[in-house]
Amino acid sequence: MLNKLTLKQAIDKLDNKKITLEDIWADVLSAIKNQNDKLNVYLAINKNFKSQPNKPLKGLPIAVKDNFCTKGTITTASSLLLKDFVPQFESTVTQKLKDAGGEIVGKTNMDAWAHGSSTETSQYGKTLNPRNTQHLPGGSSGGSAAAVAADMCIASLGSETAGSIRQPAAWCGVVGLKPTYGRTSRYGIVAMASSTDSPGPITKTVEDAAILLNHIAGHDPLNATSSSEKTPNFTESLDKPIENLKIGIIYHNLEGLENVWKLFAPQLKIFTKLGASVKYAQAMDPKHAISVYTVVQRSEVSSNLARFDDVRYQHGRDTFGNEAKKRIMLGTHTLSKVFNTHPYSLAQKVRTLLIKDYEKLFKKYDVLISLTSPGFAKKVGATEGSAMFGELEDMLMEVSSLSGMPGISIPCYRDEKTNLYLGMNIMAPMWREDLVIQVADAFEKNTDWNSWRKND
Amino acid sequence: MKQKIDKQLVRHIAELAQIPITAKEEESLANDFAATLKVVDQLQKVDAKGVKLTYQVTGLKNITREDEVNKKNMFTQKQALINASHTYDGFFVVKRVIDAK
Repeated sequence: MLNKLTLKQAIDKLDNKKITLEDIWADVLSAIKNQNDKLNVYLAINKNFKSQPNKPLKGLPIAVKDNFCTKGTITTASSLLLKDFVPQFESTVTQKLKDAGGEIVGKTNMDAWAHGSSTETSQYGKTLNPRNTQHLPGGSSGGSAAAVAADMCIASLGSETAGSIRQPAAWCGVVGLKPTYGRTSRYGIVAMASSTDSPGPITKTVEDAAILLNHIAGHDPLNATSSSEKTPNFTESLDKPIENLKIGIIYHNLEGLENVWKLFAPQLKIFTKLGASVKYAQAMDPKHAISVYTVVQRSEVSSNLARFDDVRYQHGRDTFGNEAKKRIMLGTHTLSKVFNTHPYSLAQKVRTLLIKDYEKLFKKYDVLISLTSPGFAKKVGATEGSAMFGELEDMLMEVSSLSGMPGISIPCYRDEKTNLYLGMNIMAPMWREDLVIQVADAFEKNTDWNSWRKND
Repeated sequence: MKQKIDKQLVRHIAELAQIPITAKEEESLANDFAATLKVVDQLQKVDAKGVKLTYQVTGLKNITREDEVNKKNMFTQKQALINASHTYDGFFVVKRVIDAK
């Protein structure tokens, strides 16, 4: 059962020589063998590893979303077009992971090209939610979140454009941290929307997310939009009191959220108990974020995916699935000259207004908190006939994505009947991952919702 | 930005985006586009006059590097061609695009 260890526990136990790396790998591989046929979490599995006792991650098995290019290993982004694509270079983030002693145990399923919030658009079949297999894991990093929830790895990496780390983390009852845009390098990640794509950790605990972020963050000369902002030691934000912190609660009075809000609101009391000030605040209607995100994302997708054809990647543009076709074509349309008021320019203006709105709120509050997703994990098949499925599921996170601000989703409620979780989305200003980690860690350690801490 | 989405427009966009689609897809895509653009149309209601556009959020400007070959980050010819569907004599083979129609 060593596959159930958190990253921190595994590192500590290896340091104390209480267990061996071989035993951890054996248990993780056996968890994969027993569950992967049913859950469809991994598209590729690697059984080879090296013990690296002197490196911080020791050779531990880490799951990686299949849109990170891994040199010499097929990287599909869950698309048929890239079915046989063997990258000749390594993404910066996976290189950093390897340099720190992390070993990739497998490449995880996702929505094809990261287009979606369910894994139902994967051209290799959907992933099922390990907490309840009648439900979806969310997406696009659904495979990575499911790998963590099912203990089929010790920790994992995902990427977020608008919700793709946090929403699957919420639906699978795990932790997902979206770093500030530019904190982690996009080099070697199959691009979706270049102005918001942010790779980040999906883990069992907040502490594990802080540890992984320490190793994958940092300026990258190969990615011009990566920032030279200093990388702090994020584990220093753990176990810190949150008294005197000012917390703003947003999106509490949205139509349709009444039922889940009743379950969510009582969870916020712990912050008051821990000495923080908790106030309800008013943010701009997230429906504007949906519109902005739809235009910006489709436009960037049409441009980014223009490079994919059978000249360089063996399979042609006829292999794009329905969702990719829709997004590429809609983006082609929103970037075309047929409009009187150009939707792309208008969207980028409203994007500015949304960012200013958050900046104003952050003058009053240290962090902003909302639900991660408007509800529990949806049932398998839910995306059918819903042209805007992802946007609606991700709307509470879209402003923080469009603005580049960091956020984390942590489990904050479990429904006993369905075994499904709600996620709490904690957001902070640019470069303040330390604050989201501090608040998330305080919540996690003072409540019983994290299934790994409960079993301590 | 109102514009009628019909099958003809969908066909035109598909051509621009080089996405092969079937007649059946034209119809379903037209419906999906109409639904999505309705959401996008809500932007018209926001007063954004005089607001600056946000293209990027880090505030970084003019990132350049020395114009030098980075040998560590370079493909061999073989590597560059390894994922190609057709090669000839160390070149990519591409379909004729001039007078393609």
